[in-house]
Amino acid sequence: MLSQANRKIVLLELVIPIVLLILGVWQGLLQTLMRAGVIRDTAFGFDYYQGLTLHGVVNAVVLTTFFAVAFGNAIMEYYLKKKLNSTVNWLSFWLMLVGVLLAAFAIFTGRGSVLYTFYAPMIAHWTFYVGVTLLVVGSWVAFFNWFAPLRAWVKEHPGEKKPLAVLGMFATFIIWFIATVPVALDVLLLQLPQSLGLTPHINVSLSRVLFWFFGHPLVYFWLLPAYVMYYVMLPKLAGGKLYSDFAGRLVFFLFVLFSIPVGLHHQYTEPGYSREFKLLHGIFTFMVAIPSLITAFTVAATLEHGARRRGSRGLVGWMFNQPFFSREQWLFSYLIVGLIIFILGGIGGVINASYNINKVVHNTSWIPGHFHLTVGGPVLLAIWGMTLYMVAKLTGKTVQHKGLAVAVPWLWFFSMHFMSLGQKWEGILEAPRRTNMGLTYLNPDSPLFMPEWVLPSHMVAIGGILLFTTALIYFFVFFRTLAGQKVADPETTFEFPTGETLHDEKPGWVDKLKVWVVVSLILIAVAYVLPIKQAIDNSAKDAPPFKPDNPVPVVQMDK
Amino acid sequence: MDKYEKRVLYTGIVLMAIFLGAILYSSKVMGDDLPECLPGDALAYDKGEVTQLDEKTYQIKYIAKMWAFEPRVVEIPRGAEVDIFLTSKDVVHGFLIENTTVNMMAVYGALNKITYRFDKPGTYRIVCHEYCGVGHQDMAGVIIVK
Ligand code: HEM
Ligand SMILES: [Cu+2]
Ligand SMILES: [Cu+2]
Repeated sequence: MLSQANRKIVLLELVIPIVLLILGVWQGLLQTLMRAGVIRDTAFGFDYYQGLTLHGVVNAVVLTTFFAVAFGNAIMEYYLKKKLNSTVNWLSFWLMLVGVLLAAFAIFTGRGSVLYTFYAPMIAHWTFYVGVTLLVVGSWVAFFNWFAPLRAWVKEHPGEKKPLAVLGMFATFIIWFIATVPVALDVLLLQLPQSLGLTPHINVSLSRVLFWFFGHPLVYFWLLPAYVMYYVMLPKLAGGKLYSDFAGRLVFFLFVLFSIPVGLHHQYTEPGYSREFKLLHGIFTFMVAIPSLITAFTVAATLEHGARRRGSRGLVGWMFNQPFFSREQWLFSYLIVGLIIFILGGIGGVINASYNINKVVHNTSWIPGHFHLTVGGPVLLAIWGMTLYMVAKLTGKTVQHKGLAVAVPWLWFFSMHFMSLGQKWEGILEAPRRTNMGLTYLNPDSPLFMPEWVLPSHMVAIGGILLFTTALIYFFVFFRTLAGQKVADPETTFEFPTGETLHDEKPGWVDKLKVWVVVSLILIAVAYVLPIKQAIDNSAKDAPPFKPDNPVPVVQMDK
Repeated sequence: MDKYEKRVLYTGIVLMAIFLGAILYSSKVMGDDLPECLPGDALAYDKGEVTQLDEKTYQIKYIAKMWAFEPRVVEIPRGAEVDIFLTSKDVVHGFLIENTTVNMMAVYGALNKITYRFDKPGTYRIVCHEYCGVGHQDMAGVIIVK
């Protein structure tokens, strides 16, 4: 039961990024081929780094943000049974869309080839920064629009615990809001003025610590909507009951606490911040592994419960008695395959976080090998599955080609492990990430040629071809579904599969959003006040701006 | 929380504590630590150069710039203990010496430092592993250990 305006907005917010993603995965394919030297340089009009910027921005920023907002909008109306303010909702949508168009302008005209992390003091055209800012502000507006319905619900349900899905989406956006404030400061006070020529010099170490304040929580912003699906929808799809509702609440709480004060684990090898604080951020990062371990247990226990109800016996029998390939419960396969991929994804994350071990992998190909098993694995599959599900429900259509729909996550599972393994192999052999290696390191005519990297980079290229093919199958199913016959009235039939709970405990303080925010802010202060001071103290001079194609700094009027 | 959940929670905490212990041991006791945090002007230099401090101790001051390392080629004797300093003259760069544990970032206005002993003779290639503009894939250097 969603309001008409919200149905329209959510539908747009789901379909637009999927259309853009066609370009995004196409660039991914080209990257694998260009890195291996199979095709060289601007074979298709796009420069390598321009394409890589597009790949990162579309796949990791636009798709994920639009989806989180759309999913949250739908969850609020569905579980709170309250209408969202549609004016505010439209405002949020337009802000995000205009933001995307502005950033796209910078990237497509070749003035935004700074990759999706836009590290200072390299500058892009101002439209890049304004575009990203509008996208983020648009997502904030959507979030603010959820407060009134929640408050009204709490008033009508005194003493009841909030629906778990609602709590999960609030956790997602509390993390997002806290984390985007420092990056907004970085963009609005440092980088955008520099790009406009207003400030000649900025402190690079400061800009970077503000960026990474945001950069790690960003990955939990990607992941938490998937966790909402694992806790709320998966039990129902698997025919079981959620093992523990308290575990879900505790997990979201721990994420709010520990997903933010950890940014220095991306800066282990950088100057400017002391080793004590890098270690502290490393320890906090280990803490954030714990909610994921709890989730692994809870999901397994939930699946086991479902299978035993269906008559499974023995120690491991339940593992195989699951609707892995069921066309009826096709959405289950997207969630479970994502979770299986996350086993290696999670182990990789712990390796990366491990302080001095990070020196082995930092900025090598290992890193994209790792995060394609997280954001490119469970996150993408959860988004794909839920987008297909919601789009069908929102338009009153049935999902077409369910057999193909179930094949997609399994093909993705295989192809992604193939590519990721190749990338990790390259990485262990110390091949750099974010590098057009086909021009030099994988060009037999170059003095920099590295013969050891030939085999793994070709493995990556084959993985890229497999992945791209799988993506085409998904797009086929998606657009066939969208173009199908309307068979139901979405006004009355929209629903989320929602599981019941096996152990229902009183959540107590774990259900209190205010407690979350206060503890989180304390941890952030402990983790960040001194490193920010160190960045300011240890930076001897501020940097002028550079464009990616010129070693001479951009000349500034007022200098 | 039931007893199984508690067990999972404790197992997770113990596992992470073991990992942490291993990290602390290898970095603080065995000495394979992260780069050091120095003030950016600790030894202000604007030319890359190699200095021999005594028989077995060397100092290399590296400047990373679009799109080369300065000095590009360095020769040192086998067994040399080298203090490697690194800064950037422009955008952010990466600095990874193959077959070693040297992996650092070069940041404008900031000074990075790590110490490494080259026990095996050979040619160690250095790769820039942070995107630094259109010539990024050309940015490499070499240390020759004789
Ligand atoms: C057909 C599927 C895909 C292929 C073949 C592919 C391939 C690649 C490759 C080879 C790189 C490394 C490029 C380099 O470091 O030089 C890369 C980077 C990246 N990919 Fe993918 N990818 C695919 C899908 C995805 C998806 C679905 C996501 C996220 C939802 C994603 C997110 C990223 C991100 C964030 C980067 C890092 C960009 C950067 O370093 O600036 N990719 N991809
Ligand atoms: Cu991180
Ligand atoms: Cu570079």
